[in-house]
Amino acid sequence: MSKVNLDYLDELEAEAIHILREVAGQFEKPALLFSGGKDSITLVRLAEKAFRPGKFPFPLVHIDTGHNFEETITFRDQMIERIGEKLIVGYVQDSIDEGKVIEQTGKNASRNALQTVTLLDTIAKYGFDACIGGARRDEEKARAKERIFSVRDEFGQWDPKRQRPELWNIYNGRIHKGENVRVFPISNWTELDVWNYIKREKMELPSIYFAHERDCITRNGQLMAASPFLNMDEEDIVERKKVRFRTVGDMSCTAAVSSDATELDDIIAEISASKISERGARMDDKVSEAAMEDRKKGGYF
Amino acid sequence: MNILKFFTAGSVDDGKSTLIGRLLYDTDSILVDQLEALQASNRKNDDGTIDLAILTDGLRAEREQGITIDVAYKYFQTEKRKFIIADTPGHIQYTRNMVTGASTAKLAIILIDARNGVVEQTIRHSYLVSLLGIEHVVVCLNKMDMVGYSETVFHAITEKYKALAAELNLKEVTFIPVSALKGDNVVNESEHMQWYQGRSLLHFLESVDVEDALPYNLARMPVQWVIRPQTDELHDYRGYAGRILSGSFNVNDRVTVLPSGHSSVIDRIEIFDQRPVEAFAGQSVTIHLKDNIDISRGDVLVNSDHLPQRSQVIEADLCWMDARPLDDSITYLLQHNSKITKCKIREIVYKVDINTLEKQDAHDFKLNDIGRVVLKTADELPFDLYTENKANGAAILVDSRTNLTVAALMFRNVSY
Repeated sequence: MSKVNLDYLDELEAEAIHILREVAGQFEKPALLFSGGKDSITLVRLAEKAFRPGKFPFPLVHIDTGHNFEETITFRDQMIERIGEKLIVGYVQDSIDEGKVIEQTGKNASRNALQTVTLLDTIAKYGFDACIGGARRDEEKARAKERIFSVRDEFGQWDPKRQRPELWNIYNGRIHKGENVRVFPISNWTELDVWNYIKREKMELPSIYFAHERDCITRNGQLMAASPFLNMDEEDIVERKKVRFRTVGDMSCTAAVSSDATELDDIIAEISASKISERGARMDDKVSEAAMEDRKKGGYF
Repeated sequence: MNILKFFTAGSVDDGKSTLIGRLLYDTDSILVDQLEALQASNRKNDDGTIDLAILTDGLRAEREQGITIDVAYKYFQTEKRKFIIADTPGHIQYTRNMVTGASTAKLAIILIDARNGVVEQTIRHSYLVSLLGIEHVVVCLNKMDMVGYSETVFHAITEKYKALAAELNLKEVTFIPVSALKGDNVVNESEHMQWYQGRSLLHFLESVDVEDALPYNLARMPVQWVIRPQTDELHDYRGYAGRILSGSFNVNDRVTVLPSGHSSVIDRIEIFDQRPVEAFAGQSVTIHLKDNIDISRGDVLVNSDHLPQRSQVIEADLCWMDARPLDDSITYLLQHNSKITKCKIREIVYKVDINTLEKQDAHDFKLNDIGRVVLKTADELPFDLYTENKANGAAILVDSRTNLTVAALMFRNVSY
């Protein structure tokens, strides 16, 4: 019989669709965690491919730190309008107001760490048993070891030593009450794969991914967008720079890169030649060598 | 460009992580900030160069102990291929992790320390490769720099390994002399081993043909989800969504639904907005049938001319993966693709000493034990023998008390 050689993007896509359909088939109340970043936008595209012309068997859930890039929120709302699916927003501000978390102070204050609490509360409030996320194994060393179906205990914690073996393409999503599973359909994609897929699928993205003029300050050797969410003092010099963002996160912890890339092809060329990995532009990983592992153990995405 | 998934077997002492680090480093797959983190971590080789092994040791416990505990997945690509590496631990207490990493691999790299030759763990790793039916094996004789890049050493070891490969029925075996530490024959061809005429490891990985070729059209698609929009304009839409495990489906093909045994003809195939007339193994599709028959998740669509085996009693190889030993008085859950059914282990046929390959009588299975069992399922399973069609010949066991995945199963025979 004939042999077929799927192109690598087709193979990654088919694998991700398979995983999304397993979530639909195995769980009672799944959700798709949507950050407004390119990886979760890719997940939405994959969900369309997995379930259309039906509706998604899950809502989208956005954990809103309140420190967003305005462009991301505009994009999110337009996208929800286009796809006609349900969006649930969990607000970090609510967690602060309820006294569940305390806002950080100081120059490097960020709400990034606080969103874990809001996320876990949102999961508990709606009773989600599976949360689909856009994390990839190429992002960081601890993520390289995470399963596609990653079981979290009642406290949302990841225990790297108690991970279930994941064999062939068979995913075991059985859990006890109170536990939930984080599912990562694009685990095997790299940053470049995501960009090539975005190009192939002619997907729209928030404008901050493309080069634009913006007021920035330099902090810890990285360019940060000047914003009311960043604690600035007289030592911080605001400069107008042409930049773009490689990830979409909290404004207070997502660094920009100098760039002239205004088109997808420019970005793909830039990443192909790039010497800074994507999470390198996330100050939250820089705290220690095990920063990501520790945050994941605590219930982070 | 396609994808090649491979896994590496070997212990830290064989330089496995260094080999992977070298592949990444020499293909420019390490980015500056990762390199900086590397340098900052203060682990160096004796000669002061960066210890490339740190690139793959992701967990804190692993860095502290200097060993690999869990499977780490690494990615790199060249102009020819995208590569996914499952970096698995080599120690016997992590056999289950190696089986896990190997289950999705098309190719295995077995590392041998050229100073030690074929040792116990080489036998163990090769046995696992044979058990899991990995078609392509690359034996890397590492640390050639420590044996003076000797051709004689290389040939002595390859001869010994060939005997092992024959015993284990490994078919495609390629030998490459390398030094991961110095970079010989990993990405770049070695200047120290002019006697070696073959390709470097990377060039071999880029060019090896790893496509499955089944003797018949063993078309199988487990139904994962039924798409029924139930809107006014799509009132009668009923699509069976799944990923084709093996073979191909064509419009107008006659297919049988198992376990019910009803049959129908494919009306159309959808891949999102496309309507291909044929769809292949690996593709996630939605299939529509001409007749309205009751189909739900857990059913499988198969080519009516080449039906799979159907049985409730199956002989299978089993790798036990849980700290609690196998208990034959307990009913487990067997998950075969999208189907879950109850299962009991009826008989332990034998256990294999994976260091010596001896088959032994056994009454129990503990963590990392491997052997042959006879199992019985509550529902009849539509499966293929693992040797004939891996994709439809494997399953996992789940302990419903803990919900943990406790065993990997490879179906070897119909039993009665």
